Amino acid sequence: MSLDRRQFLISTAALAAGLAPFGRLLAASQTLTVGALYVGPHDDYGYNQAHAQAIAKLKGLPGLKVIEQENVPETVAVEKAMEAMIVEDGAALIFVTSFGYFAHAVKLAPKYPKVRFAHCGGLWQAGKDPVNVGSYFGYIDECQYLNGIAAGHATKSKKIGFVAAKPIPQVLRNINAFTMGARSIKPDITTQVIFTGDWSMPVKEAESTNALADQGVDVVTCHVDSPKVLVETAAKRVMYVCGYHADQSVLAPKFYLTGAEWNWETVYKQYVSAAQSGAPFANMTRGGLKDGFVRMSAYTAVTPPAARTAIDATKAEMIAGKFDIFKGPLKDNTGKTVIAAGTTHAQTDIALESMNYLVEGVIGTVGG
Amino acid sequence: MRAVLRAALGGLPTLLAVLSALAMFSAFLELHGVPATEALQLMVKGAFGSAFAFANTLQRAAPLMLTALCVVLPARAGLIIIGGEGALALGGLAAGSIAMAAPSLSPTIALPLMALAGALTGGMWIAASGALRQWRGVNETIGSLLLSYVAIALFNHLVEGALRDPASLNKPSTPPLPAGWMIGTLPGLDTHWGFAVGALFCIAAWVFMRWSVPGFALNVVGGNAQAARLVGLPVNALIVGACFAGGAAAGLAGMFEVAAVQGSANASLLSGYGTAGILVAFAARQNPLAVIVCAILVGGIGASGSLLQRRLDLPDAATLVLQGLIFANLLAWEAFNGRIGRWQLQLSAPAEPARV
Repeated sequence: MSLDRRQFLISTAALAAGLAPFGRLLAASQTLTVGALYVGPHDDYGYNQAHAQAIAKLKGLPGLKVIEQENVPETVAVEKAMEAMIVEDGAALIFVTSFGYFAHAVKLAPKYPKVRFAHCGGLWQAGKDPVNVGSYFGYIDECQYLNGIAAGHATKSKKIGFVAAKPIPQVLRNINAFTMGARSIKPDITTQVIFTGDWSMPVKEAESTNALADQGVDVVTCHVDSPKVLVETAAKRVMYVCGYHADQSVLAPKFYLTGAEWNWETVYKQYVSAAQSGAPFANMTRGGLKDGFVRMSAYTAVTPPAARTAIDATKAEMIAGKFDIFKGPLKDNTGKTVIAAGTTHAQTDIALESMNYLVEGVIGTVGG
Repeated sequence: MRAVLRAALGGLPTLLAVLSALAMFSAFLELHGVPATEALQLMVKGAFGSAFAFANTLQRAAPLMLTALCVVLPARAGLIIIGGEGALALGGLAAGSIAMAAPSLSPTIALPLMALAGALTGGMWIAASGALRQWRGVNETIGSLLLSYVAIALFNHLVEGALRDPASLNKPSTPPLPAGWMIGTLPGLDTHWGFAVGALFCIAAWVFMRWSVPGFALNVVGGNAQAARLVGLPVNALIVGACFAGGAAAGLAGMFEVAAVQGSANASLLSGYGTAGILVAFAARQNPLAVIVCAILVGGIGASGSLLQRRLDLPDAATLVLQGLIFANLLAWEAFNGRIGRWQLQLSAPAEPARV
């Protein structure tokens, strides 16, 4: 039978290849090898680009070697990719940048107790998760609130739009902050939200943006992995855009008001210097504008002057720690009170990390 | 000697396709200023160059064998089914919901139950494509693809709704499998049991095709359904049965993803194993034994792509280019089949024709 022969040929080839010596290319003793894994392309104008840009800033630092891998699915592939970085390249600090990588990092970490696994977005729990896994995240809803202020100034129809992936707490928090920022300028603004169902759905994102334009929405923002399609579609439909994740102003220079960006460089440098000096590994790292974990895109020619002044003022209050986005009395869009009068949730409040409502002024449901 | 030559000829198109794809890939790399020889060496290293690399390759190959069977088995009955991704998703979901429904079961009962649930669900999903074709005249390729989209939508709807673990905040998932339910690794190898089961299923499928009467009947149906009907074979049952078996394999792949990798059913299951299985099945030219080899090959490309990115800063798209080249070359070299068939016939003719 033909396949016996074929199988024999291929396995012989494989065996011959296996015999080739394979030295571990461990870096020199004093060099710290840092690995980074991305769930999508490193140049997606979004979530992954924000990470990759920060990693790129590490590349010139002395005593540091950086290795990267993109498009790593949240399967056994990521476990193997992390392990390969450790075994084949001697990585001692790995930035595990996708939310869905958390369980895989937790699984692999006990096998390599000397390697530090820094994960983006996870909720590390003392006593339950390995000590060499840590999680970092930023309060980007602060920037979405400021995006909302820009949108509030720019909108004429008082209808703004939000294209979102899934109705999960991190996303709901952004939609709510964006809406509240806009309504702080014009209280009768409504935000139409559309959930696409997944993190990277370019066709649905374009359809959603077009649908929003057809409804008379004139400012949009989003929470999907790559805002590229949304930004370009919005520009075609003559709508203003607030960016997300990274700076997308080059994609729509005439329509980009400002944007909510990650500034992972701050976080990554902290982790790197701790690893180099042997300082303890930070298991739970959180920060907002004040800590330099997030930032706003530079204003463009189309950012209204009034919006700039308002944003700068609120931003200064946020940085001074005098501004709380989520405080009572706050109603959801079904009329139910979700934060009682007199209650204030500071950004660090863990209660905000399980948000399950859309505030008054948002048109949409958390059921999708 | 002639028999060996005849057998080797069957593998010739695949071998030629791989070689020409590698040649084109090398040219592609050189055009982009990447040293091709170094890249190819790295690929071999990354895929098979060490015990770790080999386990890495096998681990990636594990689900591909089962999803490839989802293409191969219906293909033997003459159907092109490409909806394995949906069957995998629903199989995984069915397996995950067992953990939700009966978390107090002991693993020895629960795991077979999960496997059964996964296989049945996946099987019925693909059988539906077969049934739609046989009784409603719906093209099975389009039908299975569209049903796969329906399956994925259903999967997301349930994982984010009725079957969601309320504690899974930012990553909607079914409740995690109880402690002790997770499937471990093969003895002495850092690869989970899904690999052994996948290989076993491929071998079983081959034995079934080659040595059993229903397997023979299935090949007859695939060769010419009308002729099969004329000789009284239950064509509809065989076709739907082959679809069911294929879907069951994909559903089982989903179960292993849940029970050996993810620990719950969530969107990470939808990572393209179903579609990669199509590539494996075509590369194996719909032969279940060759599926094992081709799955390892594709798993190896994945493993080595990782090393290419880290060492040569090549984008991930480079491995996609290679996979695409292999697939296109396979299809192109298929055209060679007719000539090979004639050569094989010549070789199987009696060595010394009788003279009168």
